[in-house]
Amino acid sequence: MKYAFSCSGRGRLAFLLFFLASGAFAQGWDMRPGVTEISQDLRALHHMSLWICIIVGAIVFGAMFYTIIAHRRSKNPVPATWHHSTKVEIIWTIIPTLIVIGMVIPATKTLIEIEDNSDADLTILVTGSQWKWHYQYLEAGFGFFSNLSTPTEQINNIEPKGEHYLLEVDNPLVIPANLKVRFLTSSDDVIHSWWVPDFAVKQDALPGFINEAWARVPVPGTYRGQCTELCGMNHAYMPVVVDVIPEDEFQEWIDDQRIALEAQGEAAIAARSRDWSMEELMPIGEDVYLSNCATCHQPDGSGQGITYPAMTGSAIVNGPIEAHISTVLNGVAGTEMQAWGPQLSDLEIAAVITYERNSLGNETGEVIQPLTIFNSR
Amino acid sequence: MIAHADNIPSGRHPLVKFILRWLLTTNHKEIGTLYLSFSFLLFFIGGAFALTFRAELAQPGLQFMGADFYNQMVTLHGLVMVFGAVMPAFVGLANYMIPLQIGASDMALPRLNNFSFWIMPFAFGLLLSSLFMPGGAPDFGWTLYAPLSTTYGPPSTDFLILGGQLMGISSILGAINIIVTIFNLRAPGMTLMKMPMFVWTWLITAFLLIMAMPVLAGVVTMMLTDRHFGTSFFEASGGGDPLIFQHVFWFFGHPEVYIMILPGFGIASQIIPTFARKPLFGYASMVYATAAIAGLSFVVWGHHMFATGMPLATELWFMYATMLIAVPTGVKVFNWVATMWDGSMTFETPMLFALGFVVMFTIGGFSGLMLAVAPVDFQYHDTFFVVAHIHYVLYPGAIFATMAAVYYWIPKWTGNMYDERLGKIHFWTAVVALNLTFFPMHFVGLGGMPRRIADYALPFTGLNTFATAGAFLLGVTQVLFLYIIIKTVRGGPKATDQVWEGAEGLEWTLPSPLPLHTFETPPKVD
Amino acid sequence: MKSKRNPKKQIAVLGLTVAGMFGFAYALVPLYEIFCEITGFGGGTFEQAVIASDVKSGYIVSDGGNREVTVQFLADIGRGLPWEFRPTEKQMRVKVGEVHETRYYARNFANHSVTGQAVPSVTPAFGATSLQKVECFCFTEQTLDAGEEVVMPVLFYVDEDLRADVGTLTLSYSFFPVESAEVGVMNHATANMEHL
Repeated sequence: MKYAFSCSGRGRLAFLLFFLASGAFAQGWDMRPGVTEISQDLRALHHMSLWICIIVGAIVFGAMFYTIIAHRRSKNPVPATWHHSTKVEIIWTIIPTLIVIGMVIPATKTLIEIEDNSDADLTILVTGSQWKWHYQYLEAGFGFFSNLSTPTEQINNIEPKGEHYLLEVDNPLVIPANLKVRFLTSSDDVIHSWWVPDFAVKQDALPGFINEAWARVPVPGTYRGQCTELCGMNHAYMPVVVDVIPEDEFQEWIDDQRIALEAQGEAAIAARSRDWSMEELMPIGEDVYLSNCATCHQPDGSGQGITYPAMTGSAIVNGPIEAHISTVLNGVAGTEMQAWGPQLSDLEIAAVITYERNSLGNETGEVIQPLTIFNSR
Repeated sequence: MIAHADNIPSGRHPLVKFILRWLLTTNHKEIGTLYLSFSFLLFFIGGAFALTFRAELAQPGLQFMGADFYNQMVTLHGLVMVFGAVMPAFVGLANYMIPLQIGASDMALPRLNNFSFWIMPFAFGLLLSSLFMPGGAPDFGWTLYAPLSTTYGPPSTDFLILGGQLMGISSILGAINIIVTIFNLRAPGMTLMKMPMFVWTWLITAFLLIMAMPVLAGVVTMMLTDRHFGTSFFEASGGGDPLIFQHVFWFFGHPEVYIMILPGFGIASQIIPTFARKPLFGYASMVYATAAIAGLSFVVWGHHMFATGMPLATELWFMYATMLIAVPTGVKVFNWVATMWDGSMTFETPMLFALGFVVMFTIGGFSGLMLAVAPVDFQYHDTFFVVAHIHYVLYPGAIFATMAAVYYWIPKWTGNMYDERLGKIHFWTAVVALNLTFFPMHFVGLGGMPRRIADYALPFTGLNTFATAGAFLLGVTQVLFLYIIIKTVRGGPKATDQVWEGAEGLEWTLPSPLPLHTFETPPKVD
Repeated sequence: MKSKRNPKKQIAVLGLTVAGMFGFAYALVPLYEIFCEITGFGGGTFEQAVIASDVKSGYIVSDGGNREVTVQFLADIGRGLPWEFRPTEKQMRVKVGEVHETRYYARNFANHSVTGQAVPSVTPAFGATSLQKVECFCFTEQTLDAGEEVVMPVLFYVDEDLRADVGTLTLSYSFFPVESAEVGVMNHATANMEHL
């Protein structure tokens, strides 16, 4: 210990320099500034309290390290004997009180700004469920689910990880720039929390209740965040991606979505107006199974313990078709089995049920038609 | 410690005698030893859980475990460290030292004392057995948020609930014992305002336990009835509200944080004057500040819930009340510095740990002040910034304080001095490792990494690798601590009765090592 | 040693404190509900406003000046409920202080009867005390036969005490399945568990 750090403060400084010197750290060292007025206000508040802490810390630790050096036994063999001073104690009760009051005033102002209930230009209902977000555009009357799109091969270290590893989705939320967007958050199962750091929007999504937050984003671009409330197994795999597009392109985007929805409707009509063979349904079903069901029930249908029952030999999969369809369509109350009815088309559900009943070690020989699904909902 | 089998029938096998002695002991020193050993064991178990998930976090992607097992490790780490390591360690120190410091021959309720301890192995047996159950151990974080823990919790959650209730009973009985002991068994002349600070802080902690632990017992009982008996306290579908869980839990949870800190304040307030050879500065204001912190701890719980959609007025209240805590906490830190000022200091291991506690706890206090600023909390909440904060508060506040206390009093307990050189190595490596582990977490949190995630985005890689390396080093330093303790128990330079030149208090008037029975005639205090 | 204190009494007092705090944990539940009722926190709405019998749409409860706000309607289906459930209109512009009516549509698409119960929620949370429901379907269980459709009215008014800065209130109903002995959704759950 020849070159032992003489004090822990210097030790920390050495670490910091070492961190800064090594180029391996892609992230910044500070709170992200974000792009909204509120996020920048918050960063300013963060800097204010950080500096107050640094200054107070410098004074307190400075005094402490001074006394450690100046009043060690070799320097100061005879200790003083005083042990209180009402005056000093009153002073160092009042000063921190004043500092705290000084911090609270701007914080209160910002908090009131955040709590702005004036009319929004657009309302989006954000519903969390294990482990995806469902976005509904209330005024336009449509919505979609947003799932993690990072391939499992990257998570399992088989393939190299992409630039936006874990922060990418199949369908990002799209909102217009410069307009006030109101986000209503809710949940279908456990508590989630919807966070976009660059908007400084973090709002818990509670089952059965609605919360709200808002943002006005001046800069178009793609913004990424994550679920921040532990919500079960795949909590880490529930990203938030928001595409902010220029205001004048937003209506066009909405129209495109409507056209796509109509096309989907027509495809659904076409799908249920004919009979599908098992050979046609099985590959579709396998795709649907692998991308939606396999996370919990496992690709080979072996399940994971009690929470995620095995498909192989399952009483539901091998029992009456109707109960199987109802389980997939509506989910099961009080379990992690969610309702897939709103998420998948008739054809997809028909295919996945056909797949489950004729694969993964099951052999019922039954083929389920999209029309049956259509009539079950 | 002297094997002194008072109440054990003779003529049994030595092993049976050994077991019966420890099983039936009502001696405060032996029960203190049991508590301390038990907490040390659980400290290693909880640490092993931490290293397990830190290993997974060393690199992005899943390398060693599934995300569900990761959550189980996170949950058990929190529960074991809070309830199994920190709290029993402080109770053990209280058992050992409070009677010695107030001049009592034992605790007021010795058989209850034995009972309180022997509940603990069963409580944690239940909790840890959940690891081997179908569906795995509880996986919803130590905060047990409903409905993840109720409707969606694995079957082993019930073992957690029963274990938690047992642990609560143990803590409550222990707290009652401590309060009754302090109120009734003080030596003649030992008025309340003459008590050593460790006794004072524990008296206040015991009241916090009496007030807070029943609330925990209540909330886990609600979980149990929600899970199995058809109530819906936390279930929206039955007219309940998941936020009720959070309110009740944090009503317990915030005082709980101070339960884990206040005895540490007391320990620092004993050690710093000893090695500064100067009386504690502002004894009375220390007592009042501790009481103020304890009182405020019951009205600030909402600061854990700023992102749940609270109304503005409630947020403002919780922000103001929380920030107010900075004032008495500041007073304590200033008083410690003033105690050192113009003293004549030496830096033996207990002093080093006490100073490390003051410095790093203050850093944790600073980040706590930042977190209290409600609007900015929207950005900090549930990120690694909070993880950094809680570990800066608790690792120095509870663990360093306990280690300081052990180094300080172990010569008195065993009659042997510990190895000073190894003690210093232990301190410096622990300080380095602690900062290496937890300081980077501030930055990953500010950068946007949520807590409790098994896998993370690429920009957070470098700092996480650092934190993991630090965590393993921190683990190794605690093995060194174990070695130092074993070495001291087995032998070493003989300690004098006074042990530390500047130490004051009744415990130092007793011989080293301590005889099994002390102060059978109460000493006189003037 | 002489002590004027009585340890037994102290233990009794401490024991009572423990029992009291255990009870207090339970008392926090109704206390929280009272707190929510006063502040609207949580956004739940607790009681039906009683203003007069035979209230119809257009009844003036109080004079809200000419202030108008937007009320949005949302519907959500709890896991395991085989129903379609939606508001018949997305939102309406209402005069403060005047009773309005909207309707929710529900259909049971299962081939057996199913019972559900709706839980209301209002945001912004403090608006819950201002959005008064005169008549709604949320306080009773609803049983729908196989294939049955219903339209359920909600009569409400916005109280004039609504904070001036609020322009939009959102009322959401979540329908959750109610456990019943009938051939219901819970049977699937049971089937699921038996398999384990």
